[in-house]
Amino acid sequence: MKEFYTPGKSPVHEIDARVKLTFTLAFIIFLSLTPSGAWPAYILFLTLALSIALLSRVSIGLIQKRALLALPFALATLPLIFTGPPPRVDLPFFQTLGIAYSPEGLVRFVSITLKSWISLQAALLLSATTHISDLLTTFQQLRIPKLFVAIIGLMWRYLFLISDEVTRMLRARSSRSAIVPGSRGGGNVFWRAKVTGGMAGSIFLRSIERSDRVYSAMLSRGYTGVLPASESQPIAKNDRGYLILGLFLLMLLWALGLLTGG
Amino acid sequence: MLFSPAHPMHIPDGFLSVPVSVIAWIISVVVIGIALKKSSGELKERDLPLIGVLAAAIFAGQMLNFSVTGGTSGHLLGAAIATILLGPWPAVLVMTSVVSVQALIFQDGGVLALGANLFNMAVIGVFVAHAVYTLITGFLKKQSWGVFVAGFVAAWSSILIASLACALQLALSGTSPANISVPAMGAIHALIGVGEGLITVGALAFIFATRKDLLKLGDAKPANNKGVLIVGSLIALVLAVLSPLASSHPDGLEWVAEEHGFIEAAKDAFYNIIPDYTMPGISNPALATIIAGIIGSVIVFGVAYGIGRAEKRAKNKGSAQS
Repeated sequence: MKEFYTPGKSPVHEIDARVKLTFTLAFIIFLSLTPSGAWPAYILFLTLALSIALLSRVSIGLIQKRALLALPFALATLPLIFTGPPPRVDLPFFQTLGIAYSPEGLVRFVSITLKSWISLQAALLLSATTHISDLLTTFQQLRIPKLFVAIIGLMWRYLFLISDEVTRMLRARSSRSAIVPGSRGGGNVFWRAKVTGGMAGSIFLRSIERSDRVYSAMLSRGYTGVLPASESQPIAKNDRGYLILGLFLLMLLWALGLLTGG
Repeated sequence: MLFSPAHPMHIPDGFLSVPVSVIAWIISVVVIGIALKKSSGELKERDLPLIGVLAAAIFAGQMLNFSVTGGTSGHLLGAAIATILLGPWPAVLVMTSVVSVQALIFQDGGVLALGANLFNMAVIGVFVAHAVYTLITGFLKKQSWGVFVAGFVAAWSSILIASLACALQLALSGTSPANISVPAMGAIHALIGVGEGLITVGALAFIFATRKDLLKLGDAKPANNKGVLIVGSLIALVLAVLSPLASSHPDGLEWVAEEHGFIEAAKDAFYNIIPDYTMPGISNPALATIIAGIIGSVIVFGVAYGIGRAEKRAKNKGSAQS
C-alpha cells in the first residue's frame, strides 16, 4: 500500500490546503455539470489539470497510470451506446450484422468516460501535493466534527502498521502454500475461505487489543475524552486571490460547456 | 498498489449526475451526524481509539483475499464484521473513515461521488447488516451456530443490497440503463457477497474460539438500535423489490424519472443560472458561445504558457548551476 503524496516545494505544494480542497471540489463539480458532448470545454478542463500538474512537478506519467485505474468502471456505461435514446443507426462497416447503435448514447458514453478520467486527475493532484496532516487540519478548519477528524487521524496512524501486518500474514500464507506440480494443493474453496477468515479475525482481534493499549497510552498523556483544538489561521491573501481566480475560470469553462454541449 | 483492481462498488467521479450526488451527500451527512452524536454522547471515551484502530484494520483487511476459481478471488469489504463487532453506529463511523480515506487519498471512488459511496457502503451496508444479523440471531437464539448463519447472511445481503443501490444511482443518473445495470451489478455482487460471507464467518469463528465476549459488544444496547433495525429492514425490502421493478421496464428508472419530471426539474434549476444558454447581456447565442470560448481558451492557454515559461526558466537555471 502506497500513498500518492509526493513531497516537493512547488508553488502548488505551498498553497493553503483549504484552497486546494475547495478548488478540486469545484473543478469536479463544474466538470460534472458540463453537459455531454461539450468537447471544447473538456479539452480546456484537461489543459488546466495538466498545467497544474506540470507546475506541481508531479510526474504526469505517474498520474496517467493511476488515472487508468478507474477505467474498468466505464463498462457500466458501455450499454448506453446501444440502449441510448433514439434515433438508432446501423453500425458502419458492419451493416450486414444489423446491429443498431444510438449516436447520442455513444456521445454520452465517451463524455462520461472523459469526465471521469479528467476528474480523477484533479483528485490525484490534490493528494499528490497535500499531505494528510494538512488535509486533517483543513477538515477541522472547515468545521467537520472533531471526533470524526480524530478517528481519521488515528486510523491513518495505524493503517500502515496494520497493513504491514496483513502483508506479513499474506506472505506467511503463500510461503506455506507451495503446490507440487501435478497434485492439487490445499483444500477446497471453503477451506481457503476459512483460512482467510481466520487471518481477518486475528487482525481484528489484534487491532481491538492494540486499541486498548492505545487508549492507555492516551490516558497516560492526559486524554480526558476531549481533543485539543487546532489553531485556525486565516487564508493568506495570495491564496484567496488564486481561489477566486480559479473559481471564476471554472465557471467560465462550465458556461462554455453549456453553450457548446448537446 | 495492492488495491487494484478497484472494487466494483466504489463509483468514480463523472458517473453520477450532480442531483443524485447531492442528494446522496445530504442523506449520508445526516446519518453520519447522528452516528457521531450517538458516539460522543452515550458511548464511552474509550471508543475513539477502538473505532480509529478498527477502521485501520478493516482498511488493511480489505487486502485479504482467497482464490475462488481461475482468476477470480474473494475479498472482504468489512461492513458486516464491523457491525457485528461494534454495533451499528460505531460501524457507520468505521466505514465512513475507510471509504473517505480511500476516496481522498487513494482515489478509490470519486470525491463528488463520495456521498453516494458513503451512502452505499457506510449507511446501507451497515444498516442492512445490522437488521439481518439481529433478526436471524433472534430466530436462532438457541443454536450456537446461529451467529455464523446470521453473520454469513448479513455479510452477503449487505453487499448485495449496497450494489443494488449503486446500480439504481447509476440508472437515475442516466449513466447506465437500469435493465442492464441492476441485473449485472446484482449478479456480480451476489457472487462477491458469498466471498464476503465466507470470510466473515471465518473471522467470526476465529473470534468465537478466542474471545467469545467480543461478539456481545454489538448487542449491548439493542433497544437503542431499534431505529437502525427498522430502517435497515426497510431499505433491504424496498431495494429488493424496487430493483427488479426498475429493471423490468424497458427504459427502467430513467422512464420513471422522466415521467415524473424530477430530473428535468433538477436540471432546470442548475441550468437556469445562465438563462436560455446565453451569457448575461449578450442576446445572440452564437456570439455568446464564441466569446465564452475565446475568453476561456485565452485564460487556460495563458496559464499553460506561463507555467511552461516558468518551467523552462527553472530548468535553464538548474542546468546553469550544475
